Amino acid sequence: MSEILVLVDHSDGTVKKVTLELLTLARSVGEPSAVVIGSGVDTQPLAEYGAATIYVADDGELSDYVVGPKVDVLAQLVAEKSPAAVLVSSTAEGKEVAGRLAVRLDSGVITDAVGIAEDLSATQNIFGGAVIVTSKVTTGTPVITVRPNSSPAEPAPAAGTVVPVSVVLSESAKAARITNRVVAQAGGRPELTEAAIVVSGGRGVGGEDGFGVIETLADSLGAAVGASRAATDAGWYPHQYQVGQTGKTVAPQLYIANGISGAIQHRAGMQTSKTIVVVNKDPEAPIFELADFGVVGDLFTIVPQLTEEIQKRKG
Amino acid sequence: MKIAVCVKQVPDTWAEKKLTDADKTLDRESADGVMNELDEYAVEEALQLTEANGGEVVAVTMGPEKAEETVRKALQMGADSGIHIVDDSLHGSDAIATSLVLSKVLADKGFDLIIFGSESTDARMSVVPAMVAERLGVPQMTFANKVEVDGGSIKIQRQTEYGYDEVEAATPAVVSVVEKINEPRYPSFKGIMAAKKKPIDTVTVAEAGVDAGKVGLGAAWSEVEEFSERPPKAAGVKIEDDGSGGVKIAEYLSEQKFI
Repeated sequence: MSEILVLVDHSDGTVKKVTLELLTLARSVGEPSAVVIGSGVDTQPLAEYGAATIYVADDGELSDYVVGPKVDVLAQLVAEKSPAAVLVSSTAEGKEVAGRLAVRLDSGVITDAVGIAEDLSATQNIFGGAVIVTSKVTTGTPVITVRPNSSPAEPAPAAGTVVPVSVVLSESAKAARITNRVVAQAGGRPELTEAAIVVSGGRGVGGEDGFGVIETLADSLGAAVGASRAATDAGWYPHQYQVGQTGKTVAPQLYIANGISGAIQHRAGMQTSKTIVVVNKDPEAPIFELADFGVVGDLFTIVPQLTEEIQKRKG
Repeated sequence: MKIAVCVKQVPDTWAEKKLTDADKTLDRESADGVMNELDEYAVEEALQLTEANGGEVVAVTMGPEKAEETVRKALQMGADSGIHIVDDSLHGSDAIATSLVLSKVLADKGFDLIIFGSESTDARMSVVPAMVAERLGVPQMTFANKVEVDGGSIKIQRQTEYGYDEVEAATPAVVSVVEKINEPRYPSFKGIMAAKKKPIDTVTVAEAGVDAGKVGLGAAWSEVEEFSERPPKAAGVKIEDDGSGGVKIAEYLSEQKFI
């Protein structure tokens, strides 16, 4: 079976769920090898989810620069191992790594895949999910980024042989130095693009204070909080939580849209969510077209009632 | 300082976008072309930086004839001149080819900064700035929500999933800026009049020093095999709140095993 390199996403030493999804996906097209860049990462889940080999590049210098070091490590491994493909999670930085790697390798790149077939053709939902495309890299080693939540993570224990990798960084990889990392996100909630459940608020939330009920509902479900552009433009919720055409694209198992009308701007960021629940006082709101379950009414009575009911059921 | 700002003409953000049946590329005719919204922040940032530090702004685009409108819009906002890379052979170029052409055109022109919007609202790959940095071997200062330039050095706040990173580099550098880094200005009447007289250089693929066999649909490093429209979603349940709407949602979530 041909080797598939999977770049590992991690934070605070923990492998992220999206990487386990990628390893599972990689098993369907070849034999996955995990590539860990950074120190202190617990590699045990990687073996558990099917990594036959775990390449570990843990020189401290690797995390001092923007994107470049990851490209250097992957380019070196591709040159040495000639894998059939390289998979990277489709985060903002993951896509940059993939793009630079593709240029370095003179290979094609596909971003935001939601599936990969045995022949390495990739499925993408484009134009905000309105069109489904199958594409294939025709030159070089395919570099494919895969969206979080697009396929399940299923364990299948493998050897997980750890192979240390050392890399002499190129000058260009060291061109942009990270001098400080600032953690601004209030803790506790999952990342928006990775979350299994997203609870969002829009214009109907009415103001900054109104997001309190949205956050409380999200916390009762262990969900991330999102916002429509109307809400972020008004300054009611921080811009980085915007879901939509100019914000983040999410495809969680469950999306709960509260007080969001469902303009194309917003739909483009969430319409491939598996299950969609809508609360809106306007029965004509286009968001209802996407709803698996919709309630016409006031979110300020419905959402707190829902939160209370969830807490009751969870005991 | 000399700043290139790369802008792209895209179908209007609010319009439904399509692929053409003929060659599976974006249908650029069925919707009005506008400047990619996120590029407006790039133009504004370039203008503010030159207003504070002196210098000139060159608006650069690659695209068909009508993409000149987007360079013109940047000139109306205040950019000094434009470069329009236009050539029939570019039709269907992927990100790899686009970054190749842009980097060839932008190299060796003495730019201190090359500024992009963080992504285009049509392709949404968000990779071209990083690719151009890779090709030019210059610092990649992308996803900036704050940019400070001091002589030959640049500092940005790079937006991350968890907050931001402070990043430093020496110029020349490639920068991409995120939405809301600034408030893009509207072209003034004076700006619109002045823009009519500002020069736009057109550059062909040959003039850019790129082999025409390396660009366009035929040379793409990846290809679209097939596409289809997402089937409309089956109608769900829609109820009026009778005072128990929250409980009903909880029941539904419970049936679906979310709680």
